[in-house]
Amino acid sequence: MDFNIFLIQVLNGVQYGLLLFLVASGLTLVFGIMGIINVAHGSFYMIGAYLAWSLAAQAGSFWLALPLAIVLSVLIGLALEWLVIRWLYKRDHLYQVLCTYGLILVFEELRSVLWGDDVRSLPIPALLNQSIPLTDTLTYPVYRLWISLVCLVVALGLYLAIQKTRLGMSIRAGATDRDMVQSLGINIQLVYRIVFAAGIALASFAGMIAAPVSAVAPGMGNHVLIICFVVVVIGGLGSVKGALIASLAIGLVDTFGKVVHLELGGVKLLPELSSMTVYVLMAGVLLWRPEGLFGRKL
Amino acid sequence: MRGNRIAGLLMLALLVLALAFVPLFAGKFYVQFAAKILIMAIFAMSLDLLLGTTGMVSFGHAAFYGAGAYALALLTPQYQAASFWTSFPLAVAASAFLAFVIGLFVVRMQGIYFIMVTLAFAQMLYFLFYDTKIGGGNDGIFIDMRPVAKIGDWQPINLDNYSHVYYLALALFALVFLLLRTVLASPFGRVLAGIKANEQRMRSLGYATFRYKLACFVIAGATAGVAGYLAALQFGVVNPEMLGWHLSGAVMMMVILGGMGTLAGPVLGAAVWMLLELWFQDLTKHWHLLMGGFIVLTALFLPNGLIGLVARVAGGSVQRDA
Repeated sequence: MDFNIFLIQVLNGVQYGLLLFLVASGLTLVFGIMGIINVAHGSFYMIGAYLAWSLAAQAGSFWLALPLAIVLSVLIGLALEWLVIRWLYKRDHLYQVLCTYGLILVFEELRSVLWGDDVRSLPIPALLNQSIPLTDTLTYPVYRLWISLVCLVVALGLYLAIQKTRLGMSIRAGATDRDMVQSLGINIQLVYRIVFAAGIALASFAGMIAAPVSAVAPGMGNHVLIICFVVVVIGGLGSVKGALIASLAIGLVDTFGKVVHLELGGVKLLPELSSMTVYVLMAGVLLWRPEGLFGRKL
Repeated sequence: MRGNRIAGLLMLALLVLALAFVPLFAGKFYVQFAAKILIMAIFAMSLDLLLGTTGMVSFGHAAFYGAGAYALALLTPQYQAASFWTSFPLAVAASAFLAFVIGLFVVRMQGIYFIMVTLAFAQMLYFLFYDTKIGGGNDGIFIDMRPVAKIGDWQPINLDNYSHVYYLALALFALVFLLLRTVLASPFGRVLAGIKANEQRMRSLGYATFRYKLACFVIAGATAGVAGYLAALQFGVVNPEMLGWHLSGAVMMMVILGGMGTLAGPVLGAAVWMLLELWFQDLTKHWHLLMGGFIVLTALFLPNGLIGLVARVAGGSVQRDA
């Protein structure tokens, strides 16, 4: 593999990893702070992509569709917390899994009713529809670089919001001791609602910016959800830093698993079994550290 | 206690006797549908051993069901029939072995980790069969010839006949029910219940809980393999969806719907779930919407399942461990 191809794969891997981080960070935050496991989280990746597609078709511009879709996602998140999720705080994880599993079916079917079952595609916005030449024959699309950049900005914003703001302080305190925070006069219910809506918006936003480079298809959220579970398990539940590192690791492992050729004793392992590489990585990490890289001790 | 046990056995005997008459009255569709319910009941009971008895919330139980199903498909030679007497034990053993290997990784996990990791392992298997040609890829494999159950020249049961498949499912259902009952009533079963109530305490009492949980995981996996084998035999086809998380979610739902930790509950849950699915599919093309809404409402408002509801209406209370 020559250096330019290697570079392209690294860029692809990082871009995929950062996109995963947007989805996984919401999942891990909602668990770490609210103690809720939301298996319907991946559905919002799909909803985001469909929102971007349909709004862009209506408004005629990707850049107009983006803010509209974000606002809509936040509203959906707030409504969902109020309608369903708040009843689950004190319930066993089992019921949280079940209830949100039911939500997946509801969202998939609503998507089918609203937007149909066809695979859609969204054109790359004209502004970013260019390529950077690497050599005479190889180029790299600007839009993919833009995705990585946006994800990095969001990750930085997330860090600042949690570590440096008053709201972030309440969020961190709420994760440690809900009742104490409540008795100090902070409306923890409101904090939870904001965290949940933010998590939903992050997943949805990831779907929106991914839409132009991947097919907008039914069930697209499910695959992302499972991979995000792997990310969260590797990174350690509730750890945003862990989620970032694990996302990048998985992005790179998955990308290289598809291009590297590996044979062992005449049996072709890669790229034939590339869809399993991330799970092998997970099993390895779990053997080494059952609580994940940055998780609290089990 | 003893009276209860005898009453339970009597109920099972009556149920099996009544179900034995189904093929005499019902047409092919309903007999096959009833067999499907029995298969799902076996599957749900196997999950209940993890969920209800030991408190291990597995979200990847379809992996072992699918393993049993794929084992039959892979053991069936092309254009020939496999022998029931070899393929069945091998399929169950394959599921048990898979559960053992996965169990080594997951059993020491707690709570939410356990949920996620079981799901991840099941999906890993799903992609293995989906992406590679081992099991026919995403189309799966057709089993052209049903297994033959011959003893010498005598064929006690003809598995090409849908009624005979139904009777096989019924017999295995009764067998699994009795076996699991025995397991639960044994000292081993009491340790499992103790682990659910407080694993730390069981460990302080000197029980190697890891081994108990692993054994429980293997038994549950093997039993799920029985259900998967039967399903492959009945439908004559296997595909990756039999390992997928939709099935893992559905079977979890059957257990909760019926009532966890009761063995009879999952059976009831499986029956109600399958009937609901049939009914909803009849009502609208978008029946997943109804199913999803139903799941959400059940999870929110019916924590003890239907068995709990029945008990509440009857004025009693159902024993709850958690």
